[in-house]
Parts: sequence; C-alpha cells; structure tokens
Amino acid sequence: MIRFSHVTKEYPRTGVALNNASFHVAKGEFAFLTGPSGAGKSTILKLVYMEERPTSGEVRVGGMRSSDIKRREIPKLRRRLGIVFQDFRLLEDRTAEQNIAFALEVTGTPREAIPPKVGRLLTQVGLASKGTSLPRELSGGEQQRVAIARALVNDPVLLIADEPSGNLDERATRGIFQLLRDINASGTAVLMATHNLELVRRSEYRVIEVNRGQIVFDSAEPRPDQPPPAAV
Amino acid sequence: MRLTLREVSLGLRRAPLLSVLSVLTIAFSLFAFGLFGLVALNVSEALKRVEERVEIRAFIADGAPIEAVSAAVGDIASFPEVARVDIITPEQALARARKEMGEFQDVFDAAVLPASLEIRLKPGYRDPRTVRAVAERVKTYSFVDDVRYGEEWVQKLYNIRNIAGATGLVLGIAFAGVAVIIIGSTIRMTVLARAREISIMRLVGATDAFVRLPFLVDGFVKGVVGGLLALAMAWIAYRLIDQTLGIDSTFFQSGSAALGVVAGGVIGLLGSALSVGRHLRDV
Ligand SMILES: Nc1ncnc2c1ncn2[C@@H]1O[C@H](COP(=O)(O)OP(=O)(O)OP(=O)(O)O)[C@@H](O)[C@H]1O
Ligand SMILES: [Mg+2]
Repeated sequence: MIRFSHVTKEYPRTGVALNNASFHVAKGEFAFLTGPSGAGKSTILKLVYMEERPTSGEVRVGGMRSSDIKRREIPKLRRRLGIVFQDFRLLEDRTAEQNIAFALEVTGTPREAIPPKVGRLLTQVGLASKGTSLPRELSGGEQQRVAIARALVNDPVLLIADEPSGNLDERATRGIFQLLRDINASGTAVLMATHNLELVRRSEYRVIEVNRGQIVFDSAEPRPDQPPPAAV
Repeated sequence: MRLTLREVSLGLRRAPLLSVLSVLTIAFSLFAFGLFGLVALNVSEALKRVEERVEIRAFIADGAPIEAVSAAVGDIASFPEVARVDIITPEQALARARKEMGEFQDVFDAAVLPASLEIRLKPGYRDPRTVRAVAERVKTYSFVDDVRYGEEWVQKLYNIRNIAGATGLVLGIAFAGVAVIIIGSTIRMTVLARAREISIMRLVGATDAFVRLPFLVDGFVKGVVGGLLALAMAWIAYRLIDQTLGIDSTFFQSGSAALGVVAGGVIGLLGSALSVGRHLRDV
C-alpha cells in the first residue's frame, strides 16, 4: 500500500525534515505515526499524498511511484485516498451536506448519485440529523466527522489523518478514533499521526515513531537496540 | 456546467470592481480597434469608389506620328494591368472640358488642349504603386509629354486608411495588453480569496483542468461582455458621426462584428489562461 525506500526530504529553508526513512504499510493496516513536534510526521503524510516529493529515495503509494508520477496523475491518486486534518478544513459557508457533496462534485460524480451518497456517509459518521448545519453550528468532534465523511466519498483504500483529534476533548477524541477503527475494519488502511500517546498505548495498532526526521521505532520491526513501545 | 456558472458569478461577487474594470478595458481595447477600424473601413469604401475612376492620362506631344501612337495603344492595351486604352483627340478633350466647367467654356480653345491617351486599369491593379508603375512605363514612349494620374490624393487616401488601421491596431493591442494584465490580477485576487476552497478541491482529487475551468470561463464571459459593449459603443459613435457630420458611412458587417465579440472572448480567455496556472501553483 505504502512503501518508503530510503526517503529523504529536504525543505529549501529549513533543511532536512526526513532522513533516509524506510517503512511499509500493508493493505488494510492501521498504523500510528508518533513523535515530538517537528519530528517529520506531517512531512511523511505529505509525501504519501504527494503534496511533497522526496529529495531522494522513493515513495510508492497504491502502485504510483513518486519518481515517475506526473503532476496530472496526482488527482487520480488523491481519489483513492482520504485525508483529514487537525483543523478539519471545511468550507465555512457550506452546510455539512454541501461540504461532502462538494468533494463529489469536483471529482465528477454524476449529479443524481450525489444526494444518496451524502446521506449514506452522514449516517456512517453518525451525523444523519445534522446535514443542514453549517460548520460553526457543529462541535469540533462533529466537524471532524464531516471531514471524515468527506474523506470517504471516493471509497478510499487508505485514510490519512494528521492529528485528527488534536483540537478535540477526550470524549470526542474517543469517538473519532472509534470511527477510524470502524473504517479500518471495513478494509481501509489508516495512517494516523498523533501526539495522543494514551490513545496509542491503549490500542494494539502498529506504531511508527519519528524523531528529528528519523524513524526511531517501528513496532512492526522490533530491534534489540531500541526500547520497547511501553517505554516511549 | 452549473457548478462552473456558479463559480463565475461567485468571482463577480468577490471582486466586483476588478471584474467591471476587466470588462471595461476589454471593451475599450476593442472600441479603439473598432473606431479606427471604422475609419479604415470607410476610407477603404471611398477608395474603392475612387479606384473605379482611377485612370492614367498620357498627354501626346504635338505632331507625334499617328502610327507610333496607335502602335503604342496596342502595346499598352496588352499590359497585364490595363483594362482599356482610349485616344482622346483635342476636340473630345475640349467638349469634355466644356461640359465639366460650363461657365468657363469660352476660355478653352481646341488648340490649348493636347490629345491624350486615357488608360484604365483592371480591378486589383488600381493601387498607387501599380498605377505609378504603369504610368512610368507609359512615360517612356517618346511621344508622351506628360503623365498624370491623380497621384497625390489617391496616395493620401491610402495613407489615411493605413494610418487609421495602424493606430487602431496599436491602441487595440495596448488596451488588450492592459486588459490581460487586469484580468490576471482579478484572477490573482480570486485565487487568493478562494485558496482554501481550491486546496480542498485539490486534496479530494479535482484535476487541474477542473480547478482551472471556472477561471477560464470567467475570463471568456468577461471578454464576450466587453466585446458586446465595444460593439455597442462603436455603433453609437458611428450613428453620431453619421448624423452630425452627415457623411454617408458604412458600419461593420455582421461577420466582422461577431469577430470583434469573439476577439473579446479570446482576450479574456488569454488573460485568464496566462495567470491562472501561475497563481494556482501558489495555493
Ligand atoms: N513547507 C515547509 N517548508 C519548509 N520547512 C518545512 C515545511 N513543512 C515542514 N517543514 C519543516 O520540517 C520539519 C518537520 O515538520 P513536520 O510538519 O513534518 O513536523 P511534525 O512532526 O508534523 O510536527 P507537529 O507534530 O508539530 O505537527 C520541521 O522542522 C519544519 O520546520
Ligand atoms: Mg504535523
């Protein structure tokens, strides 16, 4: 699904954000990306949805390779992914329904297929009754549900979440996490960056830890010279 | 399509002043072009009428041998540019002069007016350059005293037409350039105002073409509206000139008018196309 091979990412002004990183996430897998602020988590995710290209090494996602993907092929990749962020990124002047429909419209879904699909997605994220609410009329957790529903419009094979619960209280966080688990249970791989170690520890999912641009721990490949996950 | 139209009207609401400004500069671009185009068109019409009467008159020296003259007539008639050649005898010349200048008829005396050759050119060979070339050739016959062909004012009309045409072209292009720049900055503003929306579109997998389309349509629509406005202004100007100066003038044919409106659309499209790619990359 995702394969990083010796990926280094250097930004023009800030320098090396990711240094010789290699890992692999399988189809349908759930993996956490952890590490201190500035470690390179968001950089890894941006490399996955090809917002950024590696300086060296290669990123492969669902059969597409960073080394030879063309700019105009990126939309094709994005339609197989779902992406959510800490700040939800909803359009403030559109209702929950319209925000979800927007993603369907801009990817060329036939008009008549949109309303039933929007209804189904709203139900899936538990917001069936809030379709006509504007983002400011929704709680943070509800807004994130709308964003997740929007990320699911194209039935993605992989959901990328960059600190999806960063702005939420504990209860809302648990709700969102449960939703992501359900999505994963139905076959979608999930790669989630988070600071919430509590959440990471309580679940049995794989953890990839980054620090200063290096992968310092991967629970799928335990190394004797690294501390076990509990000690993180 | 409906989505695209919605985006266009959104653009108008987000940057109304710049939108109106873009439409107006396109309109002025085409209006300048149209106004001078009209002058050129009407001078051309006048030239056509004048050209029908373009003739070269070669005055024959007194006592020229008649055989030489008639041989030359055959010669000249076979020039590819020449339609016909007539010999005007001094008597015919006098009769004509009397008819044209009724009250001065007594002034003329058959002896004063020399015989001449009247040479008419075929259509398509009546421009100043060809006329002059033929006149020069006719001048080489030894019995020809002098050649006249109304050179100054034919040349003048041609100059007026060319200057009007060139001025229209230069002004039109200058305004078109300004229009392209203004449309570019309108797009920059709209792109900035909609950066969030555009980045979300990209995130969920909208193609570049899809993101770009509303901007292109927006530019094209503004251009067409500008073109229609220019057409209306040109028509008003034409009516004003026609009525106040009483000059019998011509307006563009519907084909040229439609071409002008399409040109507006092209300017608008060009303005959008040139800037949209660059600005979208920054989002
Ligand atoms: N667009 C960019 N241009 C330049 N430097 C960048 C850019 N994005 C990130 N960086 C740098 O790359 C490094 C890693 O940033 P990144 O956003 O990946 O960290 P992160 O692990 O997501 O941190 P956080 O937990 O705070 O979100 C940082 O030093 C940051 O300054
Ligand atoms: Mg981050």
